[in-house]
Amino acid sequence: MTTTVYVPRDTAALSLGADDVADAICREATARGADIKIVRNGSRGMFWLEPLVEVEHDGVRYAYGPVSPADVPSLLETGLLTAGSHRLALGATEDIPYLKRQQRLTFARVGIIDPLDLAAYEAHGGLTGLRRAAAMTPAEIVEQVTESGLRGRGGAGFPTGIKWKTVSELPDAQKYICCNADEGDSGTFADRMLMEGDPFCIIEGMAIAGLAAGATEGYLYIRSEYPLAIETMKAAVAVWEKADLLGDNVAGSGRAFRLHVRRGAGAYICGEESSMLESLEGKRGTVRSKPPIPAISGLFGKPTVVNNVLSLAAVPFILAQGGAAYRDYGMGRSRGTKPFQLAGNIRYGGLIELAFGVTLRELIEDFGGGTASGRPFRAAQLGGPLGAYVNEAMLDLPMDYETLADNSAMVGHGGIVVFDDTVDMAEMARFAFEFCAIESCGKCTPCRVGAVRGKETVEKILNGVDVARNVALVEDLCEVMTDGSLCAMGGLTPMPVMSALRLFPEDFDTAPAVAAE
Amino acid sequence: MSVEQARSAQSDHSSIIEAAATHACRTHHNDPANLIEILHDLQEDIGHVPQSALPVIAKAVNRSRAEIHGVVSFYHDFRQAPAGTVTVKICRAEACQSMGALDLIEAVCRRHGITLGETSASGVTVEPVYCLGNCALSPAALVNDKPLGRVDAERLDAAIGSALA
Repeated sequence: MTTTVYVPRDTAALSLGADDVADAICREATARGADIKIVRNGSRGMFWLEPLVEVEHDGVRYAYGPVSPADVPSLLETGLLTAGSHRLALGATEDIPYLKRQQRLTFARVGIIDPLDLAAYEAHGGLTGLRRAAAMTPAEIVEQVTESGLRGRGGAGFPTGIKWKTVSELPDAQKYICCNADEGDSGTFADRMLMEGDPFCIIEGMAIAGLAAGATEGYLYIRSEYPLAIETMKAAVAVWEKADLLGDNVAGSGRAFRLHVRRGAGAYICGEESSMLESLEGKRGTVRSKPPIPAISGLFGKPTVVNNVLSLAAVPFILAQGGAAYRDYGMGRSRGTKPFQLAGNIRYGGLIELAFGVTLRELIEDFGGGTASGRPFRAAQLGGPLGAYVNEAMLDLPMDYETLADNSAMVGHGGIVVFDDTVDMAEMARFAFEFCAIESCGKCTPCRVGAVRGKETVEKILNGVDVARNVALVEDLCEVMTDGSLCAMGGLTPMPVMSALRLFPEDFDTAPAVAAE
Repeated sequence: MSVEQARSAQSDHSSIIEAAATHACRTHHNDPANLIEILHDLQEDIGHVPQSALPVIAKAVNRSRAEIHGVVSFYHDFRQAPAGTVTVKICRAEACQSMGALDLIEAVCRRHGITLGETSASGVTVEPVYCLGNCALSPAALVNDKPLGRVDAERLDAAIGSALA
């Protein structure tokens, strides 16, 4: 009987040698005459356990990790193929607390199936949503999405149903669906995991969006830093085209939808929607003034739905189970689940999909196990390089759009970057300006010039020059950038800067210790 | 090399660039909306996007040379000169900083006698990158196409060594 062994081929697993592990298992199994099949799945998102090898035994999957090629002979010796015990044995995968405590709706299949196996996708609930959507009118699809309470998962949190409705009701013959996979925020990797681990889910979400909005063309814009995601998505689109799921007659709907995968070119700003549209048109990725919003005048001036990967990937579940089933998760006006990403100086980093409302402390301490260095926690940055820093006192805040906004922070794309007590928060404020200076598109002055001046001014503070005056100057500059920038790049760079100043003032107090008089 | 040989080599070189640029444009139907893809293809083919390719592309996609230059210079990915035989990209964004990425970058640069962005005599280019999406395994790096997670100077050296070999 053939035993199935799973070895992830997600970039994170590969970065710890998963290919070498797969080769070793193949070699050792062949040498022992064992009959095995190796499936290269996505990652379960428990990265400290990668490469995480699983074996299917009596219909249950058992996990071993982290496995190095050197562990493979002893694993096979002690009966890996019959789920035997070993010092790396973790028991049944589904029973690992880190996974068991999650509510995986969007990530239901990630790490479980071969990402390009359409039959496995369908066997695990895939295509149900699209088939239901194919039998619905655009208005009915929009209604389900509206009812789900889904809001933009890229960070802005705009209600997805309203966006779709706007585009759906416009009479234009040509409309577009654009999926923003320019996941540039430090501390985020959910889009990448999904593209590498369950690409069909994103295609299904885009196809449903196409049916809802009356769009016949879709573009998936992936950052060039994700070569494996690009390769996987292109292969996935080819699988769907071959199965006639994309093309002139999407899932038997009688309506057309075609999908194009396009690469970014190393510009963070192209994660801003209008800048992404410029890039998709082959231009410099400079932001556009709004209005008009992309829903009215987007790609090539046509009505365009621009959604983040995670927003679109939530849609197949919503259509399959109904909007109400999704809305049942969450708190307040933040409905459904959010894939949080624990990163940086964290012991058990990874992906945690949970309903909104989970506290930061639960994520960082219960799931994350504290810092990787073992030193005390000092700060966490939420929602990427444009997100606020939080301190220990804020860890009991529930993760929800409104609560965080009320506390001058944001959920963003769900990234949580942890720092221990060795971090210099004035240096992090300086870096926030530096990053803005490097990545600003240059179109508006508050961002283009403000970032450079901000960096210089924080450097003066770091050198103890006129600290009080320069702190006031930074605060003033931040106000100008917040109010005067065209987009979130310049508009939100003050978030990390001001939160660092507000919560960690001691790090900015570098005035000479010896007073003059 | 005689002057004549040098001239002929130079014209060979520029005809290679012209042919590669023309080919990249044709693959993408000479469509200006595909400019980013065209530039990626060209760079994958000949290692960089030379100035001399710009008029060729401009003509093919019916845009001004200035517009093409504007796009090439906007995106960090496009090189105006070839990189070394091994390109090392080390993430210096926040998550990797929290795990000592800046010290790692300094150590690697010192070892190869270069500053960030330069190419060593042995052909190693070390460049910054802002997020590789491997933030739970910081610090993260990329040696040519090989991703490395939870990397230290020793592992990075080994990866660079085998890429050079």
